[in-house]
Amino acid sequence: MKGAVSVRGLHKSYGSTPVLRGIDLDVSPGEVVCFLGPSGGGKSTLLRCIAHLETVDAGLVAVDGELVGYEPKDGRLFESSPKRLAMTRRKMGMVFQQFNLFAHLSALENVMLGPVTVLRRDRNEVARRARDLLGRVGLAAHADKRPAQLSGGQQQRVAIARALAMDPSVLLFDEPTSALDPELVGEVLGVMRDLAGQGMTMLVVTHEVGFAQEVGDTVVFLHGGVVEERGPAQQVLRSPSSERTAAFLARVL
Amino acid sequence: MLDELSKMPIARRRRLGSRWGLGAVLLALTAWLFWTVVTSPNLDWAVIGSYLFSEPILSGVGVTLLLTVLTLLFGLLLGMLLALMRQSDNPVLSAAYAGYVWFFRGTPLLVQLVFWFNLALLFPRIGIGIPGTSLGWYGEANTLITPFVAALFGLALHEAAYMAEIIRGGFLAIPRGQVDAALMIGMTPGQASRRIVVPQAIRVILPALGNQFILILKGTSMVSVIGGGDLLTRAQQIYGQNYQVIALLLVASLWYLALVSLASIGQHYLERGLR
Repeated sequence: MKGAVSVRGLHKSYGSTPVLRGIDLDVSPGEVVCFLGPSGGGKSTLLRCIAHLETVDAGLVAVDGELVGYEPKDGRLFESSPKRLAMTRRKMGMVFQQFNLFAHLSALENVMLGPVTVLRRDRNEVARRARDLLGRVGLAAHADKRPAQLSGGQQQRVAIARALAMDPSVLLFDEPTSALDPELVGEVLGVMRDLAGQGMTMLVVTHEVGFAQEVGDTVVFLHGGVVEERGPAQQVLRSPSSERTAAFLARVL
Repeated sequence: MLDELSKMPIARRRRLGSRWGLGAVLLALTAWLFWTVVTSPNLDWAVIGSYLFSEPILSGVGVTLLLTVLTLLFGLLLGMLLALMRQSDNPVLSAAYAGYVWFFRGTPLLVQLVFWFNLALLFPRIGIGIPGTSLGWYGEANTLITPFVAALFGLALHEAAYMAEIIRGGFLAIPRGQVDAALMIGMTPGQASRRIVVPQAIRVILPALGNQFILILKGTSMVSVIGGGDLLTRAQQIYGQNYQVIALLLVASLWYLALVSLASIGQHYLERGLR
């Protein structure tokens, strides 16, 4: 079950504005799901709700068959303790639009922090593994630099290495290339393509239709807080069945 | 046209002359002022020399330093507590924060110091105990509230109001995304605060803390109104007897300058070390 994600009946409002209005979703291990759709459609909110960074108004999320944020007991669901929730979140890695690297730590320390402080692994071993991971994203030479000394594309690749260091079952990408200069988008997408090739389960909120077409197994088109259309990436992108999807694709392509 | 013009030499505007002239005038004025003070027949340098390292002055320096460090420490701790109250969802706690800052920032430190010193007028007996029982411990306010205790209360409670605002600003400077990222590598909210937010917030507030340290250091001189035993109290006690007012104020000022200089140097290295 490592890498499976299920979402049932997810509802979320900000004040009186509904953002998600009943989302159901199943992701199989190794699947790459790309979320497309107009701004305000609820893509990022869905990802943040799956990670339980936002509390939901209704609905449930399970990763690896384990409920996120709640625990069943005596026929009721109890909110998880912060500690329990943190344990569940270890199954997920997240890559943010604004990178969110820890500004006071070097690239290497960013990658090492989770395994050392959360998993309490041996520091030297973690350092070796972190250097390997930085090598995998092409940043072996930049291990000791601070985030501020790195370009956006380099920062985002460090962020991917940081997420991988926790050996997550699932990687969540929240518009990973939207804050990058156009010439830096390719290096990040390249790393993501490699990960997909290695069988990582990935949920990707993106505006890169080309990436969705090439790497995505499934495309989910979100509009107005509901799933407007979902299906195999090639099919949805080439011959969308929904008019809204077709109109959106015509605008962005 | 530009091709032709670009061959011409550029004549820079002359600033140097006037700059030197102004500098020289200022320098001369300062030197003259300094000289008249230093050579004034009414200023006895021998007196300054004999008191600079005298026992009462040195003990005053000790009290000033102790008050400064304790005020910074208690102000920081209470300020941190207040900043956490401000961040809490509980409306009573954040209202208490607002009330505290409003009151202690809104009344003069001098008034607060005199108030604490005269606490016995309001509460002749103070102590702690369980209401309705005889359990507890009580004492006479007049003996408990020494000038030093009153000084510390006044300074620390006043300082906490400023510290709280500084610390709050430090927390506000750390983007929410830093916490999100920490949570997503499996940290608990507590770990995220300790490992990610606080270390970064400290770097943000450090310059302001250095500034506060210097302000407190000089602010302690205000406790001389309640005879707090600090540097200025001692200097005043001496010139009260020998009437060498200016000389002893200079003695005190030399010490304040030396201490502030040391603090500035320490701050410089601390900030560099944390960068």
